[in-house]
Amino acid sequence: MTRRFGPFAVHTILIAYSMIAIMPILLVVMNSFKARKAIFGAPLAFPSSETFSLIGYSKVLGNSNVGMFFFNSVSVTLISMAAVLLFGAMAAWALAEYRFKGSTLLALFLSIGIMVPIRLGSISILHTMVSLDLINTRLALILVYTAQGLPMAIFILSEFISQIPKDLRDAARCDGVPEIAIFFQVIAPLLRPAIATVAVFTVVPIWNDLWFPLLLAPGKETQTITLGIQQFIGQYVTDWNSVLAALSVAILPVIAIYLVFSRQLIGGLTAGAVK
Amino acid sequence: MTELTQYALSSKSGFGRLALLVFFLGPAVVIYAAFSVYPLIATMALASFTTDQAGAYHFAGIDNFILLLTDKDWRGPFWNALGNNALFFIIHMLVQNPIGIAIAGLLSLPALKFRATYRTLIFMPTMLSVVIIGFAWNLILSPLWGVSEGFLKFLGLGSLFKPWLGLEGSALITIGLISVWQFVGIPLMLIYAALLNIPEELVDAARIDGLSHFRIFFHVKLPLIMPTIGLVSILTFVGNFNAFDLVYAIKGALAGPNFSTDLLGTFFYRTFFGNQLQLGSPTMGATVATAMFLIILMGVCIYLFLIQRRLERHSF
Repeated sequence: MTRRFGPFAVHTILIAYSMIAIMPILLVVMNSFKARKAIFGAPLAFPSSETFSLIGYSKVLGNSNVGMFFFNSVSVTLISMAAVLLFGAMAAWALAEYRFKGSTLLALFLSIGIMVPIRLGSISILHTMVSLDLINTRLALILVYTAQGLPMAIFILSEFISQIPKDLRDAARCDGVPEIAIFFQVIAPLLRPAIATVAVFTVVPIWNDLWFPLLLAPGKETQTITLGIQQFIGQYVTDWNSVLAALSVAILPVIAIYLVFSRQLIGGLTAGAVK
Repeated sequence: MTELTQYALSSKSGFGRLALLVFFLGPAVVIYAAFSVYPLIATMALASFTTDQAGAYHFAGIDNFILLLTDKDWRGPFWNALGNNALFFIIHMLVQNPIGIAIAGLLSLPALKFRATYRTLIFMPTMLSVVIIGFAWNLILSPLWGVSEGFLKFLGLGSLFKPWLGLEGSALITIGLISVWQFVGIPLMLIYAALLNIPEELVDAARIDGLSHFRIFFHVKLPLIMPTIGLVSILTFVGNFNAFDLVYAIKGALAGPNFSTDLLGTFFYRTFFGNQLQLGSPTMGATVATAMFLIILMGVCIYLFLIQRRLERHSF
């Protein structure tokens, strides 16, 4: 059976599926570097010295506020991630380490958000943001994304904290180190490996989200890259050079970061899933 | 909890103990309660109100739900979106999850070369924005560009090409398959992790008994990872019944052609914000959101009380 279903067959299937996974992405990126005629004439060909053209990129980077969109996305994502990690780790530590009245109930309360999508509360979130005068601010997005990311982060980090040997904190306690210092100086540094796991579950959905930017921050100044590209393409729908370049501008940085960190990201994902 | 912890906490005054808990739990609980749980509850409360022409709110009990389920203007679109959503979910269960399981099974074979490369490539679409993916596929499947048609001709299947995204009969299935293509990485990784977690001894014992990789997978590994497959199913369910971005990116809020790609998410968006055909209504939007919440809750309950319990008993 092993011989019939040999390594050759396994590699053929995996190569075929890998092609299916990356061909569409490759097709868009490849054609974004070609002149209009070549995009339609030979879409499956790599750009050559004759067909190479950056006209789409010059339109995208010149005509729109891609730089600002990027800054918005980066700042919203990074601040949300930092808040999710910090507040999530603190809460996970308290839930895992201290026993108090209602701790089980609180843990249950915090885990509702893992299964129930925050989007269903959008109408009331919008009302709240209007009354707080936070519409068209990055802070509105940061608050919502932090609330969205916390339940999963607390769940993952609790599992992680419970694996840290008890001796460590007990030794610190014997030395009379205050509880808050135990968390920040002893526990927090040990949580670094869990960051990748939390990042996959929080950062990727935040970066890619369309719903909340559309709802809470559709103004030109606060648009994220996902919303900005969506609107840009809506305007230039018949200009294929621009559309393909805009898509590539959104795809390439994510792919670059992904390739650099893919080992940690996938390691984090599988580590988190083991639990 | 260790005894020392107890000592550390009980030695503090009641106030110091409370201050410590507030310090650690306060920020997370406040942000989560204010921007996740409260909006959910407030939305459900809003579903039991109506507005009059002056804009004042009146309590209406379950009138909105009766309207949604029985009124001729609401009933049709709601059941259409729900039915489409069910089909969308079935496509994911029948295509996405089996592909994920199969590829995870291949990737977890012992002594496989280029394992990390395959994993990286196959997971790549999952990292990208649904909006970007939607546009990219829209171009690829467009008859204007002709890439898909050219590719099918190359395979000798040129006559099969149709503008699938534009036809009422095939648009939803096409969007479902695009979504499968993008998100197959999630079940793949979860199941791959579960497969790696299976104790070596079990697999070795089966191998010594002379079982092939193929039979080891189906008779030893697959039954052991059933709880993970259950988890993948409920994650798929929640994700699918909350989907919006892909349809919005490809088809816009009107989910054409003729609402054939309308999901509960796009229906909710239109109901709340309004569109060319109707005015937006916060109360009816809240009603649709509450209906979505109840559907998702039902799925989660079925998973927790029926599927998960049975699976754990049978496996470990």
